[in-house]
Amino acid sequence: MTTTTELMPYDEALARFDPVLGLEVHVELNTVSKMFCGCPTEFGAEPNTQVCPTCLGLPGALPVLNGKAVEAAIRIGLALNCSIAEWCRFARKNYFYPDMPKNFQTSQYDEPIAFDGWTEVTVPNEDGDGEPFRVEIERAHMEEDTGKSLHVGGSTGRIHGADYSLLDYNRAGVPLIEIVTKPVEGAGEKAPEVARAYVAQLRDLLLALGVSDVRMEQGSLRCDVNLSLRPDPSAELGTRSETKNVNSLRSVERAVRYEVTRQAARLSAGDKVVQETRHWHEDTGVTTSGRSKEQAEDYRYFPEPDLVPIAPSREWVEELRGTLPEPPREHRARLQAEWEFSELEMRDVVGAGALSSVEQTVAAGASPQLAKKWWLSELARRANETGVEITALPITPEQVAGVQALVDAGRVNDKLARQVFDGVLAGEGSPEEVVAARGLEVVSDDSALGAAVDRAIEANPDIAAKIRDGKQAAAGALIGAVMKEMRGQADAARVRELILERLS
Amino acid sequence: MGDLTRMSAADLADALGRGEVSSADITQAHLDRIAAVDGDVHAFLHVNAEGALAVARESDARRSAGESRSALDGVPIAVKDVMATRGIPTTCGSRILEGWVPPYDATVVARLRAAGLPILGKTNMDEFAMGSSTEHSAWGPSHNPWDLERIPGGSGGGSSAAVAAYEAPLAIGTDTGGSIRQPAAVTGTIGVKPTYGGVSRYGVIALASSLDQPGPCARSVLDAALLHEVIGGHDPLDSTSIDLPVPPLVEAARSGDLSGVRVGVVTELGGEGYQEGVRARFDESVELMVKAGADVVEVSCPHFRYGLGAYYLILPSEASSNLAKFDAMRYGLRVLPDGVDAPSAEQVMTATRAAGFGDEVKRRIILGTYALSSGYYDAYYGQAQKVRTLISRDFAAAFEQVDVLVSPTAPTTAFKIGEKLDDPLAMYLNDIATIPANLAGVPGISIPNGLAAEDGLPTGLQILAPATADDRLYRVGAAAEALLNASWGGPLLAQAPELVGGRA
Repeated sequence: MTTTTELMPYDEALARFDPVLGLEVHVELNTVSKMFCGCPTEFGAEPNTQVCPTCLGLPGALPVLNGKAVEAAIRIGLALNCSIAEWCRFARKNYFYPDMPKNFQTSQYDEPIAFDGWTEVTVPNEDGDGEPFRVEIERAHMEEDTGKSLHVGGSTGRIHGADYSLLDYNRAGVPLIEIVTKPVEGAGEKAPEVARAYVAQLRDLLLALGVSDVRMEQGSLRCDVNLSLRPDPSAELGTRSETKNVNSLRSVERAVRYEVTRQAARLSAGDKVVQETRHWHEDTGVTTSGRSKEQAEDYRYFPEPDLVPIAPSREWVEELRGTLPEPPREHRARLQAEWEFSELEMRDVVGAGALSSVEQTVAAGASPQLAKKWWLSELARRANETGVEITALPITPEQVAGVQALVDAGRVNDKLARQVFDGVLAGEGSPEEVVAARGLEVVSDDSALGAAVDRAIEANPDIAAKIRDGKQAAAGALIGAVMKEMRGQADAARVRELILERLS
Repeated sequence: MGDLTRMSAADLADALGRGEVSSADITQAHLDRIAAVDGDVHAFLHVNAEGALAVARESDARRSAGESRSALDGVPIAVKDVMATRGIPTTCGSRILEGWVPPYDATVVARLRAAGLPILGKTNMDEFAMGSSTEHSAWGPSHNPWDLERIPGGSGGGSSAAVAAYEAPLAIGTDTGGSIRQPAAVTGTIGVKPTYGGVSRYGVIALASSLDQPGPCARSVLDAALLHEVIGGHDPLDSTSIDLPVPPLVEAARSGDLSGVRVGVVTELGGEGYQEGVRARFDESVELMVKAGADVVEVSCPHFRYGLGAYYLILPSEASSNLAKFDAMRYGLRVLPDGVDAPSAEQVMTATRAAGFGDEVKRRIILGTYALSSGYYDAYYGQAQKVRTLISRDFAAAFEQVDVLVSPTAPTTAFKIGEKLDDPLAMYLNDIATIPANLAGVPGISIPNGLAAEDGLPTGLQILAPATADDRLYRVGAAAEALLNASWGGPLLAQAPELVGGRA
């Protein structure tokens, strides 16, 4: 572990190798109850309070399938243009791990509910325009989540070397859909962007379907990135690494880029790429070796005998098809037209992972341009600073629209609006509550403002003279003085009006 | 009123109904009998004296208020230790569950409680129901009341011995490959394996999920039917439970009739490998049925000969996965490995499973793990499932010609304790005639049909019916029982020797 990992510069790596991607995304469904029992799925409850004999794996307890999870799985499959199995089963994936109550995971193996689909993502080309790229979907299958282990002590936070471990089974049995792509070939140097665009699109799609909270930071959308290199596109697939739990859009892109540079260096040096699980380190932006998969784990899959086969009727599948949201490409095109955004503007929004946020902010009453402005400037900056996805910020699109409404009403200016965001993000309540609590409302009382303007004119006779001579641009200095006196809580436009009234 | 422990459940229920006796008296009489003879028989792993008496008193109070919850309200029962019983220790015959008190009831147990049956205690069994003799119980074998040196069958030997020794009028068993029927045969009692899915498996500690089926143990066909109606019927907690009304079983048992019934003698379940006395009694039973108007033909089920082999692949495969949950993490035994300062979870699991499981359990876990392994799955588990399909087809073809099939229940009478303990294959052969019904999911009953001349021990007649036609077992079984009892001048069990501690 102390050896330095050699990396090859990205451009050089791409000149010498062709990257092939594979993405496995786990989505936690937002069903009210778990996959196989009636326990609630709410995130963040006290440990081990959302459990029962079934999800604790008590002797004798049996699973009963959650029909809502099947419905969600079918809708996800259809939204990804998959075929829906006429008949499929669950299987047991057998392996021992303390956070897995039964020591097998009830999953699907060779009979997934949805298979053979595709989705089209948009990545920028050399000219900066959006270019479609088709990602083939291998399968989407249903399974149950495991519990959570908290390894205490030791340096790695992993089970080996820990002093003791705490187990929380609240998450055990939460419905998951695993969506697996076929090998993504032909992305070339855009592999990192394709990976990111795919996950971002999946997230927007799942949100539009209403089947998941898709909060990467809470683990309701988790991504494993598989990557291999080959000398050229006609060569056989190379040995892949599997980087686990890459849990932000930015990290997906970075992890792909990192693995390309790492594997290229190894292959160029005559070393082999080891088939292994790798861990992603968000802070340093590198992957490190996990367990080796040279001896493939044998999960001893067999059909789950405690559940009956699932045979969704074609009528039901068609009925569910009727509930699908607009496909991503059409959706984006429609919004772009409605919002009157340029291609570049739209790409910025999508690239920042802010499409759904902007859409919901517009739906809540803000104008598209202003919604975009807040998300891509103020909020993007804050997300970047705290290292989270935009959608993970503790502010809702409705609250963003609320801030803009305050601006529109002239009750706060842009500068104060930033302070309102501070308050909302700090958990001080709604924009209205923050304004009230922090006393942020602009002074629109003309007598108070007028007095301040008079004082400013008196204190700056030279500037006042210039304005009287018609140099209106000089008003800025007086406005600044007034704003300073009012500690920013004044409507600058009104201040300008008052100054010009007096000096014309 | 005579000895309450010698009365049938039906007669006890009638006596209760007429107010001639109280449930508290009946329950106490059985607890006294247990105290007197169970030191010799060892049918019980746990006696629930206080709990049973409390329920009995409630039943009595209900009855004085003119209420009754079921036909068996107030009639006590013994429950195999494979069933989760809230507040009553449950070990499944294994050291690995020593001290476990389930926080929930199996559906069968919940139905017994709802019907007002006092639970006398938990009966002995082979560890995790793996065996045909109870010799694999971690708590020592049960003894056959006909000859205490001999086995009472298994895995449910505790339940059959309890009923045969008049320690309980009724008992619950589970039958995975014959664990209700074979013990019934070798103890001169009645045992029924219902149609798979006819009685809920929820709360039954799974051996092999696709084979396990709970059912009644009794001393008369009518008593078994009364109990079957209490525990049977759809359970939403068991996905494999059949969503159909239970056929009128008590009515069938009361209207036993053989005239015009087409009876098929299964060629493959008899002849070579069957003890002479077993064959002789079987032939006589068939004669009796013919005389009573049955239309008897011989029927071949050619694939039954592969049943044992298929069974011993499917069962261990499912069991290896079902038993993975016993890992010391959440309940039951926890063993720390010797000489390890800070053992890892993995080391604790290994040490616990090494110490907590007996040899037969380990044998089957290893067998099942192997059979499911990658590269062997198709050859073993896959092939076994195909055999299973063929056996189902044999049954389907046979039931086109006949209403019921008959055979000896077990190839031998009760063998001596220790006789086959070192020869697993000889032990497995005990289930040769009972296994096909489990593989196909069809129902079967065993009724006593005499004593083998060579050893004076009971033999059993097995009757099999098509899936969901459990009522046929009771109609034909009750008729055969009446003919046989008439030929002996009373029930076979009356010929059993008095136990030393017993009362005349």
